[in-house]
Amino acid sequence: MVGYIDRIGAIAKRILEEETVDLLIGFKKGTLPMTTEPVLIRDAAETDQLYWDSFCFINLANYLPKREEKIGIIAKGCDLRNIAVHIVENQIKREQLYIIGVPCKGMVDRRKILSFLCGKEVREVTESDREIIVRGEGFEHTLKKGDYLQDNCIRCMHRNPVIYDALAGDLVEERKDPDPYDDVRDIEAMGSEEKWQFFSNLIRDCTRCYACRNACPLCYCPTCFVDESDPQWVGKSIDPTDTMTFHILRAYHCAGRCTDCGACEQACPVDIKVRSFTRKLNKDALDLYGHEAGLSAEERPPLDTYRPDDYEAFIR
Amino acid sequence: MGDKILKKAELQDVLRALKRTYEVFVPVKENDFYSFKPLMDEEKVDLSFTNTRLSPKPLVLPQSERMFEFTLDEKSEDAHIVKESPKDYPPRIIAGVRPCDAKALRLLQVNFDNPEFKDPWWVKRRESMTLIGLGCSQPCSACFCTSVGCGPFNEEGLDILLFDLGECLLARTLTEKGERLLQLGGMDTDADSGLKKSADEVKTKAEKKISSHVPTDKLREKNVNDLFDAPFWDDVAFACINCGTCTFLCPTCWCFDIQDEVIRGEGDRIRNWDSCMFPLFTLHASGHNPRAQKVQRIRQRFMHKLKYYVDKYSNGVACVGCGRCVKHCPVNIDIREVFNLMNEL
Repeated sequence: MVGYIDRIGAIAKRILEEETVDLLIGFKKGTLPMTTEPVLIRDAAETDQLYWDSFCFINLANYLPKREEKIGIIAKGCDLRNIAVHIVENQIKREQLYIIGVPCKGMVDRRKILSFLCGKEVREVTESDREIIVRGEGFEHTLKKGDYLQDNCIRCMHRNPVIYDALAGDLVEERKDPDPYDDVRDIEAMGSEEKWQFFSNLIRDCTRCYACRNACPLCYCPTCFVDESDPQWVGKSIDPTDTMTFHILRAYHCAGRCTDCGACEQACPVDIKVRSFTRKLNKDALDLYGHEAGLSAEERPPLDTYRPDDYEAFIR
Repeated sequence: MGDKILKKAELQDVLRALKRTYEVFVPVKENDFYSFKPLMDEEKVDLSFTNTRLSPKPLVLPQSERMFEFTLDEKSEDAHIVKESPKDYPPRIIAGVRPCDAKALRLLQVNFDNPEFKDPWWVKRRESMTLIGLGCSQPCSACFCTSVGCGPFNEEGLDILLFDLGECLLARTLTEKGERLLQLGGMDTDADSGLKKSADEVKTKAEKKISSHVPTDKLREKNVNDLFDAPFWDDVAFACINCGTCTFLCPTCWCFDIQDEVIRGEGDRIRNWDSCMFPLFTLHASGHNPRAQKVQRIRQRFMHKLKYYVDKYSNGVACVGCGRCVKHCPVNIDIREVFNLMNEL
């Protein structure tokens, strides 16, 4: 993935110099190993700070809604699908965008690396095509990237960009794994009580910081339902009922729109696997409507579409 | 008061014995990170943590706290009368507190326990606590405690400070509370001068290991409006997703919101942590929001910590350099860079 940096930089420089775009949204290197920071660049001279590696887990589509400028943006397969969702939902216009697509081999989950190291501090991380070398005081480990991918990347079926104006690298081979929802099936197999317990345990440590919501490009409402104060729909405390209400409603708002980019899960400061909520809805959207979010910039999400041939009788 | 010595393995026996008198909280690892939890009978005290993911702040300022109760039932003679919720303040030991987090409690005190205002619950809870600190022999690279008036073996706010000497722990008593606890726990072996010297060496070595430094010297003299109108805020704010991670993980952030929750005529008045990152934090009843934009909110967070607090309390910055926000911000907004920007403007 680091091999993409030069090409990203060159394209970014060109489109800013030629004024194809007014600004560019990409990543710069973070201040700690395994971190990156989204950056907005207006000057071609500043494109040398652009960076790319396997820790660019933030979905840059999050920074697009309601912007008026012509924007260059760097996006992985899943991020691009969110851009497509934004286009469908009128949050941005296709003609405003110059998309630098990143054929993605999966993002590495820094928490999995930290877990492997059992508290030892990482001082330096370098990566090659298939390996991550992690160094700290008195240790050096060479890890296989494939063993430390984000959970969503392990099951990703759409690694290549769906729409783009330029590519940061050669297209990669898509996976042919037939079952991206084995984990959801495990939860589906539980009884009601067991499911409730599973989800209650899942969110036990939630602090209501809303990092999951705010890292999500789908959450662009001017005022989120949890921030409404007149009327106030949800309590503000960490009462389990209110916390569960937040998580379930957040997930439902994403139904048929989520691209499983995993930014929510990576952003969570207390490691909650929040995708467990959204993935069931992704699976339902696929099973019931044959819909996977963001595969085209024309098709509206199933839950805001009316079709005379809907299979549910009540709506016909 | 003095320095006592105990074998590392003895610590948990001591803490378990103290459970007869105190509620004992220790850092417990669950789901790959540590949090302060009650010490269970069969549990091993694990001192291998860097620091807890959340600070011990919730033990003194719970994230949600029922303050008052009331009924709206007109038939009740107490209708609409707000009554204090029953609370108890059992004596508590918090063991394994890092010096930065203990110092943070000192900073919180400025807000909750000062000559002008005393928050009765905060004060009682704080008073019922005995803090056993564990010096940071292995500070991590995001920590910058020595730049902000703290240090890996800083004693402020602690009752006992433990030095990890390998096989054993040196326990330095800092207060009468700490003294009483050592007696109750039967820790009565005095540390000899050799061990005291080792403790000093551990401390010096740790201080030298702090690799991160931030400048703070010019913050006080800066003009508040110059900082407020500084050109860098848009850049600092761009990546911010406006979540509450930084404020909720911060051991010094003290802001709260008070809410009434009523179910079928019975109500609770609850105090919840709030965050200046949230739009609702400043939303007026009129609908006007003086901090409607995220750039205004992120500026507030840093201005409060690094300028308003500095000017108001003459007590340094409202940051203890624990590095939690640096490590856990999902978009890597690094307060150390903001220190630089503000101090060097």
